[in-house]
Amino acid sequence: MSELTLSKAIGAGLRRSLEENDHVLLMGEDIGALGGVFRVTDGLKNDFGPERVMDTPLAEAGIVGTAIGMAFRGYRPVVEIQFDGFIYPAFDQIVAQLAKLHARTGGKVRVPLTIRVPYGGGIGAVEHHSESPEAYFAHTAGLRVVTCSNPQDAYSMIRQAIDSDDPVIFFEPKRRYWVKGEVDLDAVPLPLGKARVALEGTDVTLVAYGPLVATALDAAAAAVDDGLSIEVIDLRSLSPIDFDTVEASVRKTGRLVITHEAAQSGGLGAEIAASITDRCFFSLEAAPARVTGFDIPYPPSRLEEHFLPDLDRILDAVDRVMGRENSLTPWGAS
Amino acid sequence: MRTSVSEPESPDLTDKSGVVDKSDLVTIPNEDLVQLLSPEGVRSDQPDYDSWIEDITSDRLVSLYEDMVIVRRIDVEATALQRQGELALWAPLLGQEAAQIGSARALRKDDFAFSSYRENAVAYCRGVKLVDLLRVWRGTANSGWNPYEIGMATPAVIIGAQTLHATGYAIACKKDGVDSVAIAYFGDGATSQGDPNEAMIFAASFNAPVIFFCQNNQWAISEPVGLQAVRSIADRAPGFGVPSMRVDGNDILAVTAATRIALDRARSGGGPTFIEAVTYRMGPHTTSDDPSRYEDRAEHEEWAMKDPILRVERYLETEGALTPEVRAAIAAKSDAVAAEFRSACVELENPEPLSVFDNIYAEPHTGLDRQKRDYAAYLSYIEGETR
Repeated sequence: MSELTLSKAIGAGLRRSLEENDHVLLMGEDIGALGGVFRVTDGLKNDFGPERVMDTPLAEAGIVGTAIGMAFRGYRPVVEIQFDGFIYPAFDQIVAQLAKLHARTGGKVRVPLTIRVPYGGGIGAVEHHSESPEAYFAHTAGLRVVTCSNPQDAYSMIRQAIDSDDPVIFFEPKRRYWVKGEVDLDAVPLPLGKARVALEGTDVTLVAYGPLVATALDAAAAAVDDGLSIEVIDLRSLSPIDFDTVEASVRKTGRLVITHEAAQSGGLGAEIAASITDRCFFSLEAAPARVTGFDIPYPPSRLEEHFLPDLDRILDAVDRVMGRENSLTPWGAS
Repeated sequence: MRTSVSEPESPDLTDKSGVVDKSDLVTIPNEDLVQLLSPEGVRSDQPDYDSWIEDITSDRLVSLYEDMVIVRRIDVEATALQRQGELALWAPLLGQEAAQIGSARALRKDDFAFSSYRENAVAYCRGVKLVDLLRVWRGTANSGWNPYEIGMATPAVIIGAQTLHATGYAIACKKDGVDSVAIAYFGDGATSQGDPNEAMIFAASFNAPVIFFCQNNQWAISEPVGLQAVRSIADRAPGFGVPSMRVDGNDILAVTAATRIALDRARSGGGPTFIEAVTYRMGPHTTSDDPSRYEDRAEHEEWAMKDPILRVERYLETEGALTPEVRAAIAAKSDAVAAEFRSACVELENPEPLSVFDNIYAEPHTGLDRQKRDYAAYLSYIEGETR
């Protein structure tokens, strides 16, 4: 066991994968000498050389497209997209090329690419540096989409993503990069597609992922004072979604709140609310509630606290599903 | 160097007659094309290129001629099959036989081609089974063949995307320490897309053993090449640090020579090469297209005189290599291929409904597994209802 930040844990996972499989290689902008703008790949170029830790020209479509070509010859490229908002130039290569190759070749061509994306807000950044584009990719057949919330998962899941024979979009919660935690480098991890019950509870199921798992846990801790027991589920995988774990929890609690930073419409929260309603409608005591970013471009950083779901907004939704006084009840505003 | 040209103003491309008016567009001169065999079938000496095709004797040229005749026959048969409702669509390569066969026959088995959807002749040269050429166009599969069996990726439909795959593949060849080469096929329209431009940047930066083979067939559906480029496409590549050649794409000898030069450069560590093969799309974009709405007939007729097959025929006749026996043998083989192609087409059956769920992922995906299970239940329920 060692204590690592989330970013160091990803770096440790990359290091181990590079050591274990000489067909693993890293590609991206500034990942070499600089170690990436978040230093996730710090030291790796030095230790594995420029042939395996490749600084690339500044072209996201080019990075993903050439990585696909390398996968044709058996390589397992791990691509870093510098920021969430920079992924769109690569959209065609990811959605139309990468995601479909295995299917369209009848399973003959495997494309074990991992695309690492620092994502989400809360770091006071300028435009295009705080986005949560996960729904685009979770909507795309052929991709696996995962996100970690803590250093142990960060370490294990990046290794599982690299080992997967499917393309994996690996979202890294950038505002949690500096969170420290114990990491067991030899732990046997949960399967990549499984959710984790981060905190057991009995009154409300609160589903979160990535950067908001910590917020959800804080909300659950605060709710104890109100006599509420919240079960927090860290979704971990956004494609596939482990509905079995969410369903089992909702059958127990009868209430569901989902939170994500991404905009509400067409988001993962909608999918989870619909699917869980479908699976266990008669277990629900209230309509599922969503606490999400708004359907707006990510706001200037001085306003981001009004965009990002926080403890209070989550607890307000918890009050709603509990039938307690909340911001939407007529008497709530008084 | 080719001279610079004035910038065109935003053109209204269609005149009253419905033919694309190119008067506002720059016409790129074609006098400087590398040509070894003229449209009249006359061989000219080009010392820089001749040495690369010394082994192409008359016998060998007869074989390339046979390839072109057969591929043209496949095109005709496929178009007929589409008209008869057996194929949903077909993208003819009529007129581009020399560009595709000259380059593809220059490749080694361990080289790898990444193409667009019009490269049926390239696939033919790579050894594709005829039935595998048909699956996509009949609608029974999204790609026809196993790329690893013939050293050719299944065609990219999104224009230009494959150029990056070829570049990545080439970088991987270098990493593996092998002298295999990747070749990317694309058209003049693709050169306006970002991917081929990014591909040239990556190829130059990593000195990748890749060939960018652009068939400038003058048209991107209805848009003339003058809308994509105001100077020759081959002129762009040197700006990326990629040496380029501009050849008569209807001259199979020039295409072969240029491809071999590029292959040799790639294999010996010299990196990427860009080849612009100037040709003409004699057919429609696809069987859904109607060139009479935009194409100038006179231009079409002009290009018909530069036919890639006719000039080889003329040359071989002069050489006495195209005897009645040889002609008969090629005609017989061509007939046999067409018959096999036709029967393979009509015998292709619809896949099983639940196969839509196959191979989406390499590993199990719980969400999809559930949808498949539910749809299977639905199908058997419906079958029970109708019984």
